[in-house]
Amino acid sequence: MTMDETEILKEFSPEQIVKLNEIIKKHKGKPGGLIPVLEEAQVSLEYLPMSVQKKIARELNLPLSRVYGVVTFYSFFTMTPRGKYTVRVCLGTACYVRGGKAISETVEKELGINEGETTPDRMFTLETIRCLGACGLGPVVVVNEDVHGRVKSSKVREILSQYK
Amino acid sequence: MSTVKLTIDNRQVEVKVGATILEAARSVGIKIPTLCAWTEINHTPGACRVCMTEVEGQRGLIAACVFPVSDGMVVHTNTEKVRMARKMVVELLLANHPQECNYCVRNGNCELQKVAEFVGLKEVRFDYTQFPKEGMIDHSSPSIVRDSRKCIECHRCVAVCEQIQTVSVLTPAHRGSKVKVVPAFDLPLIESNCIACGQCILACPVGALYEKDDVDLVWKALQDPTKHVIVQEAPAIRAALGEEFDMPPGSLVTGKMIAALRRLGFDKVFDTNFTADLTIIEEGNELLKRVKEGGTLPMITSCSPGWIKFCEHFYPDLLDHLSTCKSPQQMFGALAKTYYAELSGIDPKDIVSVSIMPCTAKKFEAQRPEMNSSGFRDVDYVLTTRELGRMIKEGGIDFVNLPDEDYDAPMGEYTGAGTIFGATGGVMEAALRTVYAVVTGKDLPSLDITPVRGLEGVKEATVKVGPLGDVKIAVAHGLGNARKLMDKIREGKADYAFIEIMCCPGGCIAGGGEPIPTNNEIRVLRSAALYKDDGKVQKKRQSHENESVKKLYDKFLKEPLGHKSHQLLHTHYEKRGTEVPHKKNA
Repeated sequence: MTMDETEILKEFSPEQIVKLNEIIKKHKGKPGGLIPVLEEAQVSLEYLPMSVQKKIARELNLPLSRVYGVVTFYSFFTMTPRGKYTVRVCLGTACYVRGGKAISETVEKELGINEGETTPDRMFTLETIRCLGACGLGPVVVVNEDVHGRVKSSKVREILSQYK
Repeated sequence: MSTVKLTIDNRQVEVKVGATILEAARSVGIKIPTLCAWTEINHTPGACRVCMTEVEGQRGLIAACVFPVSDGMVVHTNTEKVRMARKMVVELLLANHPQECNYCVRNGNCELQKVAEFVGLKEVRFDYTQFPKEGMIDHSSPSIVRDSRKCIECHRCVAVCEQIQTVSVLTPAHRGSKVKVVPAFDLPLIESNCIACGQCILACPVGALYEKDDVDLVWKALQDPTKHVIVQEAPAIRAALGEEFDMPPGSLVTGKMIAALRRLGFDKVFDTNFTADLTIIEEGNELLKRVKEGGTLPMITSCSPGWIKFCEHFYPDLLDHLSTCKSPQQMFGALAKTYYAELSGIDPKDIVSVSIMPCTAKKFEAQRPEMNSSGFRDVDYVLTTRELGRMIKEGGIDFVNLPDEDYDAPMGEYTGAGTIFGATGGVMEAALRTVYAVVTGKDLPSLDITPVRGLEGVKEATVKVGPLGDVKIAVAHGLGNARKLMDKIREGKADYAFIEIMCCPGGCIAGGGEPIPTNNEIRVLRSAALYKDDGKVQKKRQSHENESVKKLYDKFLKEPLGHKSHQLLHTHYEKRGTEVPHKKNA
């Protein structure tokens, strides 16, 4: 067993590794196979740490640097675990002028994490976004599929508590 | 061959089908500025947009480096619209580039500066941003420094690292304004699989990649009265150093180089060519021993430290094929603090051994932990050709008008065989001359072994060597070409006895420490200078005719592959593998 496979076992279950092997096998040797592998691995493992990228690079016979380049290019891929709920605070122009920044700071304080980070219990990941096209509802906070409009700082705790 | 007729700036142009506007324009001497395009290796990402032209009937402006010509096309390269757009592109590039030109390593030899001049840029209307160095400059490698602040995202370094050297350390990563050229996981170079060849430096149009500068350390040693500072120069330096002083490429400047080094204050000016000759004696005998005793074949040369590190990373299973001979630089270093110390009666602790190399990987090699066989660090400092050029300028020396001077004895004597080490195929040619003589007791019918010369990627030849019969050999330069031979060995399909591999395309004359620009035209001229030294200047052309080397064996080493040789001139290799991150220097 190579070093990175030992690393993978620390982070993922044997079932997940079986799944990853299946994903790689399915696309191996096909031109343009890297992105489908990364996409399915992201869905199945929820994040793509160094160990997973090394395994994918080795088994697809691609330079590790290229795998890393693709992973960091697309925002869909993440290298750190994501929470069960992704909290997206809109900082588009309309939400921003209506206090979006204060909302995002309150969420950061409530969850104890910064933008782009995940809580240690893997419940919440915090992101900021630029306009959801729901400017009339601003400031907007989206938790997974749920849209919360006209959010006030004082309501943030209440909103988050629905998901705890 | 079918051609296409088009009009560029009211001139009729005929070029082959599939040519780009840039190629068509260049064919009739119309200049279009470029930055990201590096046509010699087919790298034209069309990313920088400074080559914009106007094509009648096309919407918007067209990047000349990627757009193919078609029949009847009408192109304008210097309309108001084109000139304004190019100015804006360069203005924006500069607005995002540290304004440190006065003390940048590429000042005066920077393509961005040249393009700014080309487009007639007179001002940058944006306030220059501050460019904090924090986290942006990677000093981890003993060979190469990366300054991401200066990177213009042309990706020429990525192309050479991936396509030519097939090392693939560098990649564009992240997105938008955060995009950055980095090794995987943003690791420092030293923890990546970087082999320190420095081809990325030759590729960089600006000062984002450059050699780790050790000039000040050498100045300090030279000014220290308690130190005896000696210097060796690789063969490739004499064929390229003149370019740092605007002499034409291919000028052979051996005598001026020696004079300049003396004026800088080196106590003795010796020559790496001396130990190149010595390498041939050791390596030739090693080859014969392997042939006779059934050792691992093909044997592969080990002079090129970038190649060695590449083999350690990517072919750790084939390390037994490498000759155990140290490179000429390291043989010299080990002898400087033993043999020379004894001869001169100087305590080796007071000797500072400096080498001038065309190579950034030599800096890495000199600090490998096993390179201390004299009991001290064998080679203290390694300067590239470019660093020596800067040092000579800083020393106020009028290089071009220097008289020719000669090397000091005894480690300055060399033959033509030593000098051609600097060009691809040279080590092979030098080795065959001596192996033939050792085996048959006669000289080769012709000392010129032309099939191993030239810039073809992989060269093969068969030489009849007396009782050994036909000896099949191969030569590769550039690691993409080396891979072809290594894969053949791995598959058990290589029936060669001896292989020469040089890390850099063209060999050491185009090493990562050589003057910029280095391109194929210049490779040919620098090689020709070395073959001129071998064929016309040096009276002796075979390593075993070097009297000082003979004396070294008589007085000190006793015999090739003997006990002392083993101790000082041979080495071992490390299985590094491709796992990253690597521990520092491990």
